[in-house]
Amino acid sequence: MELLSNLFYGFTVALSLQNLYYCFLGCFVGTLIGVLPGVGPLATLSLLMPITFTISPVSGLIMLAGIYYGAMYGGSTTSILVNLPGETSAVVTCIDGYQMARQGRAGPALAIAAIASFFAGCVSTMVIAVFGPLIAKLALKFTSPEYFSLMLMGLVSAAVLAEGNMIKSLAMVLMGLLLGCVGTDLNSGWHRFTFDFMELADGFHFAVIAVGIFAVTEIIENIGNPEQKEVFTSSVSHLYPTKRDMKQSILPIVRGTLLGGFFGTLPGTGASISAFSSYMLEKKLAKDPSRFGRGAIEGVAGPEASNNAAAQCAYIPTLTLGIPGSANMALMLGAIIVHGISPGPTIMTKQPDLFWGLIVSMWIGNLVLLILNLPLVGLWVRVLKIPYRYLFPAIMVFSGIGIYSLSNAPFELYLVAIFSVVGFIWRKLGCPPAPMMLGLVLGPMLEENLRRSLLVSRGDPMIFMERPISLAFIIITVLILIVMSLPTIKKRRKGITR
Amino acid sequence: MKLELGHNKDFWAGVMFILVGAVAIMVSRNYPFGSTLRMGPGYFPVLLSSLMIGLGLIVMLKGLRQSEKIQGNWPIRALILLPFSIALFGSLMEITGFIPALIALIFMSAASGKSFKVNEVLFLTVVMVAISWAIFIWGLGLHYPLFNRFW
Repeated sequence: MELLSNLFYGFTVALSLQNLYYCFLGCFVGTLIGVLPGVGPLATLSLLMPITFTISPVSGLIMLAGIYYGAMYGGSTTSILVNLPGETSAVVTCIDGYQMARQGRAGPALAIAAIASFFAGCVSTMVIAVFGPLIAKLALKFTSPEYFSLMLMGLVSAAVLAEGNMIKSLAMVLMGLLLGCVGTDLNSGWHRFTFDFMELADGFHFAVIAVGIFAVTEIIENIGNPEQKEVFTSSVSHLYPTKRDMKQSILPIVRGTLLGGFFGTLPGTGASISAFSSYMLEKKLAKDPSRFGRGAIEGVAGPEASNNAAAQCAYIPTLTLGIPGSANMALMLGAIIVHGISPGPTIMTKQPDLFWGLIVSMWIGNLVLLILNLPLVGLWVRVLKIPYRYLFPAIMVFSGIGIYSLSNAPFELYLVAIFSVVGFIWRKLGCPPAPMMLGLVLGPMLEENLRRSLLVSRGDPMIFMERPISLAFIIITVLILIVMSLPTIKKRRKGITR
Repeated sequence: MKLELGHNKDFWAGVMFILVGAVAIMVSRNYPFGSTLRMGPGYFPVLLSSLMIGLGLIVMLKGLRQSEKIQGNWPIRALILLPFSIALFGSLMEITGFIPALIALIFMSAASGKSFKVNEVLFLTVVMVAISWAIFIWGLGLHYPLFNRFW
């Protein structure tokens, strides 16, 4: 019953005219930018995030959540129509979605993707509402050693489970943690790595680095390697899936949602793994697996439900523990902190309007996307057709104004310029930027909890082993590291990411 | 497969990690290190940098044994013009105001692409200035002068 009254409270917050407006606006702009080929959810989020800093925290975060789902949704549209995945979780949608589009069934593919995402969104909203408070209750017992070990687990698993070379990903986490050290040390007041720039006394604003390496670097890369794209637009005329399509999709959607909900809640895993495993599962369960890769609707329905459920359930650790599981969530956590809210188990008691309002607005956001996207498919298709030479100056404009508005001074734009080049070099050297982003946002908290733990234990690092919950996190971390460096698994991972 | 060192992806990635780690350690030596019990501001960065140098060594050595080639083009023009355009935009916002800064940003970033047609860029500039004004100045109420008086 408490749940119902909480949800009801959430509705009163989310349904206020102002919040409804920002939810709608977020979904719309998020889809609009997310649909652009070559602009993934990470870039979309970084680009649009500064705008939300100008409005009140609750509305700002509701808008940001809308942008996030919109960007994910826009990404699937691009995957299906142009075969250009915005991020790894959309790669799977490309496989069968694009084939469907080539067979003239782009409409049903888009519709099923929307329906699957909506179903997954509804279930995940309930999952968050039920499990969020439970986890928060558990987390109230956590002290700094537990937090340190948990963050360690999140960082290591995010790095190890990310695509690409595992050691490089781990090194990139360290890179992010180091970048997080820049600025005033809270305990001693020393300025670290500021090189006498007063502007760096508060450290790097995470949005600056995100825009540099996700938005601007992306443009440089796209100019260097122009993609040949073929947009299947004529085939979007009939939209609605047949009865047979629906029948084939129902079970994959349910299974995908469950998988996504499970993986999304764990720190470090997330949308890509959920989408991949859902695809694998559906292929295995199918009567005729050879249909997969040739336009099987289950191959769109399952993974789309799965990645949407994961994307949404990823809010659980982010909000209740303050520990993001993916780079997307790292940006979200950063934004929450910028809004002056400290995420963690107390968020539900201290900021119930934020927590429950956000959860209900997620559900509303999913509904808005369903309503918005099916009729507006024509508009998105037209956006897709805009040539890139018009798009990238526009993206530069949004990046520029957004970052300038952070502190109304040019310094942060100089940093964006530097990080766009650095990001390009990282990309060329195969160093993934997403784990770095996690490290950057978690860095200061990791250091703080390490210090506090060792102060409590009088300098004895065994404290992380002596406390049972902390020990469990450490053991899981070590297990993940061992399992993922086994040669057979390494090979399989390579096979999947190719 | 032997690769020329110049194109060896993992080798250079390793070198990059080692260099960044080494510089960070050098700089951190100016900060009090403290002890495990009471960590000084230098403790955590040195710890991270040492780990990073270690991982960098592994990556570098693995790269020497077996690595991929660094792929793709180096679009030098974009690599210089795009970062410069965004930095310039920041400076111009203070000196000349919103609209001239936007015009400079759009023209310069458009010039970093492969095809630059003046009328297209002009059209884009007009549209983007209008949209940005509508969203940021009118919609979000950011107070930026459209033109500064002294220039």
